[in-house]
Amino acid sequence: MVNRGIKRLYTFLIFLFLYAPIIVLIVFSFNNSRSRGVWSGFTIKWYIELFKNEEILMALYYTLIIAILSSVLSTIIGTFAAIGIYGMPGISKKIVLNLNYLPVLNPDIVTAVSLMTLFRFMNLEFGFITMLLSHITFSIPYVILSVLPKLRQMNKHLAEAAMDLGATPFYALRKVVIPEIMPGIVSGALIAFTLSIDDFVISFFNKGAGVTNLSITIFSMARRGINPVINALSTLMFIGLFILLLIINSKSSNNIGERGDII
Amino acid sequence: MKTKWIAYPYILWMIIFIIVPLALILVYSLTTGEGDIRNIQFTLDNFKKFLDPIYIDVLWRSISLALKSTAVTLVLGYPMAMIISKENVKKRNAMILLFVIPMWMNFLLRTYAWLTLLGKNGFINYILVKLGFEPLNLIYNDGAVLLGMVYNFLPFMVLPIYSVLIKIDKSLIEAAEDLGAGKMKVFTRIIFPLSIPGIITGITMVFMPAVSTFVISRLLGGGQYMLIGNLVEQQFLGTGDWHFGSAISIIMMVFILITMAITAKFDEDKEGGGGGLW
Repeated sequence: MVNRGIKRLYTFLIFLFLYAPIIVLIVFSFNNSRSRGVWSGFTIKWYIELFKNEEILMALYYTLIIAILSSVLSTIIGTFAAIGIYGMPGISKKIVLNLNYLPVLNPDIVTAVSLMTLFRFMNLEFGFITMLLSHITFSIPYVILSVLPKLRQMNKHLAEAAMDLGATPFYALRKVVIPEIMPGIVSGALIAFTLSIDDFVISFFNKGAGVTNLSITIFSMARRGINPVINALSTLMFIGLFILLLIINSKSSNNIGERGDII
Repeated sequence: MKTKWIAYPYILWMIIFIIVPLALILVYSLTTGEGDIRNIQFTLDNFKKFLDPIYIDVLWRSISLALKSTAVTLVLGYPMAMIISKENVKKRNAMILLFVIPMWMNFLLRTYAWLTLLGKNGFINYILVKLGFEPLNLIYNDGAVLLGMVYNFLPFMVLPIYSVLIKIDKSLIEAAEDLGAGKMKVFTRIIFPLSIPGIITGITMVFMPAVSTFVISRLLGGGQYMLIGNLVEQQFLGTGDWHFGSAISIIMMVFILITMAITAKFDEDKEGGGGGLW
């Protein structure tokens, strides 16, 4: 009985630790004064200000565009790459897979500065293109890593059977292989999308004049000092993600807990 | 089916965007020369410069903070993972979901949220003053940075340990109990050894981002607070010695790859276990 009580208390404290900052942010997004400590009445003025704030709206726009483009492109490249890698002979497969791990294992900041060096070397102007290219680059390995296990699970002879029955390789790929590995492709795309939305470090080094994303805006605002508009923004983002997560979770209820690969 | 050719576009991509950039960093770290390609000379000075006590101090502070945050997340996270793994399926999925939700929130916002709590006029000091205490200096010090790391990386420790714990064959535990093992013995002889792959994944997943962060240290440690990540940032975006910055990046990368190799050694069951977080 006592044991159970301790466990409950422990769980409660850990979740309090996890959620206290978020709750405080949400509560203070309705606070009438700029101060972070003192409550001085209810207001929604920060939300109104948020939607008038050019800087934040532009950043939101770029964040979403880059997340959509980079997740779509990296899913396409990554899925084909995974199918190709799967069909490779042992040694080259090993080499490619190990190189594929590099961006995953490397600290973000090393990936970021190496891409920054590359773009400067190529004389590319820093901006939308450099940010998009870097996002695709760090997303593809995750797509490959989520598609490959599905290929391994697939019955090898399915595609062969389809081709024996007269399907062209491309038709077999489209009608047999792709549907079989679809769950892996979808989770790869989701990982790529969330990585892109959440990325700060790599974007920070590869941003350009006028093109930033939300993370960078939050970083610079947080350094400038207290701005309750950030609280309003984070509240909306939190609620948005919460709803999204509830929808996803109700559709595939036990995938998340088992594999914890929602980063 | 001959399909390997469809990986070629990505192999080309990989060469351009993964291999060439790292090669460039390596070249930069081994050369000097002010931009002009004709002045470039091979040198080890960038690495020698790092041996200056100022920079060694920074490296040491980064490593010790990362080790501390790894230890704290392990001590806090392991019991949590155990508690969750013992619940029934429905409840534990809900609890894991609760762990994942904050991770979905922007990493900077989560860190910023602590500014709100810890700041000079922040919530905690507000309560302290109301209760008649002196306000504390909670921010812009080692403790605040450590707290930020533990907060951000705790789920990275809990999730892999949890996913290993729920896979443990229950009949092993029952067998041990039938043979007379007490609760403590079951834990030390069965559960803990079987959960080591999860612990190792957790340690790498916490230690690596902790040792290379520059955001947490900048926001919660203040503008003057230096970790190795801040040093790299300063070289590339601040004072602008890319050659020295590249050398630090190479040192960081090698350090992390060595750490990975060491932890992989401990992890015999690499393919199957590891919590599957990667």
